[in-house]
Amino acid sequence: MIDKVVEDIDAAIADIGDGATVMIGGFGRAGQPVDLIDALIRQGATDLTIVNNNAGNGDVGLARLIQLGRVRKIMCSFPRQSDSWHFDEKYRAGQIELELVPQGNLAERIRAAGAGIGAFYTPTGVGTQIADGKESRTIDGREYILEYPIRADFALIQAFRGDRLGNLVYRETARNFGPIMASAATATIVQVDEIVEVGGIDPEAVVTPGIFVDRVVPVGYRPWLDADGAFIGGVDVNGEPVPAAGAEKGGEA
Amino acid sequence: MATRISRIELAKRVAADIPEGAYVNLGIGAPTLVADHLPEGRQIVLHTENGMLGMGAAPDAAHVDPDLINAGKQAVTANPGAAYFHHADSFGMMRGGHLDFCVLGAFEVSQAGDLANWSTGEPGAIPAIGGAMDLAIGAKQVCVMTDLLTKDGRSKLVAECDYPLTGTHCVTRVYTDHAVFDVTPDGFAVVERFGDTTHAELEQLTGLRLVDRTAG
Repeated sequence: MIDKVVEDIDAAIADIGDGATVMIGGFGRAGQPVDLIDALIRQGATDLTIVNNNAGNGDVGLARLIQLGRVRKIMCSFPRQSDSWHFDEKYRAGQIELELVPQGNLAERIRAAGAGIGAFYTPTGVGTQIADGKESRTIDGREYILEYPIRADFALIQAFRGDRLGNLVYRETARNFGPIMASAATATIVQVDEIVEVGGIDPEAVVTPGIFVDRVVPVGYRPWLDADGAFIGGVDVNGEPVPAAGAEKGGEA
Repeated sequence: MATRISRIELAKRVAADIPEGAYVNLGIGAPTLVADHLPEGRQIVLHTENGMLGMGAAPDAAHVDPDLINAGKQAVTANPGAAYFHHADSFGMMRGGHLDFCVLGAFEVSQAGDLANWSTGEPGAIPAIGGAMDLAIGAKQVCVMTDLLTKDGRSKLVAECDYPLTGTHCVTRVYTDHAVFDVTPDGFAVVERFGDTTHAELEQLTGLRLVDRTAG
């Protein structure tokens, strides 16, 4: 019987070794596999290459991993943020390598890896610094540059619900990099709010089919959902609790 | 003295040019304001590159959902008929030429329509591209919304960009606080001046020879 459920989150990421390339899903707080990242921080693997859209925010998650000096290289599209101070410090000190990739090229390079594409020509970045040193070709009168896939040893992603076969659905814009990263890693480890019975996800609605998933770790509903997975709010856009809003206004708008 | 219009007035001016039925991406920063001023009665579908079509207005505080955000990582809502998708599909919509209109910010725009908006190239500066390069080459019509002058008084319209490029020959129109400019084979053409601003003042502010294509 196929059963990809791993209840113990530390066991689920135990084999991430020093020097591994790890994709981490998420765009802002949305889709960030915060429990898996915390487990990776506890686990101790170092000399990591991280693939993420950003380079950490604040003092937690990926930012903490960077602060601890565990990231050798990061591949991302948008490292500069108002709260990316740990990356900024390491970068200016020459203690972290950056491969800056336009966001669409990042996504397509990840997708290409999962889809078995050897390389592809893209118009994004033509005539810019991104094109320096890359092969280019004119096709039907338009110039393109050659970009190569990004593969990883591990992908850490967040989904909303999963089953023991690894079928996944996401929630709103938290889907972002999840489906493509799941396809591009040797081992894909997913934190889900809830495990449902096999057959509990409509086959028409499965976003990531289980073939792309290796381990599914249930972590409980995210703080802005109730015990049935319905939205209750009470958080800011970063998921931090805020005092009961609408108490004076009477709640529902 | 040349007349300037406010950010809000400029956002309204940009919004007025977005046609019925358009699929539109609004860049991070000032262009986001355009969303609040879309003309009544037109169905315009907003794309946000982190993975949604049909983006709606900001929610009230009680309905902030960290899973539902725009490319600037601000809380938004989903309009009826919205769709979610992953990043490769989202950027395929841009690169594949499916978006009708996008509005970006700029450090510099050249007479040839080259755009620089991601790096000042200063040593020690932390770079950030995000989706700008994909948008610049992807949308059918790429517009820039910006102040004409930098904080220290330099024109953002230039003969050639000094800053690292985001894309080449991609900008078609520039909406500024002084005037609206089209990129043409003859250089920048002024298509609309705001308030008392004169053509001569615009040429003085930009240091460029400008074509006059204003209606009146």
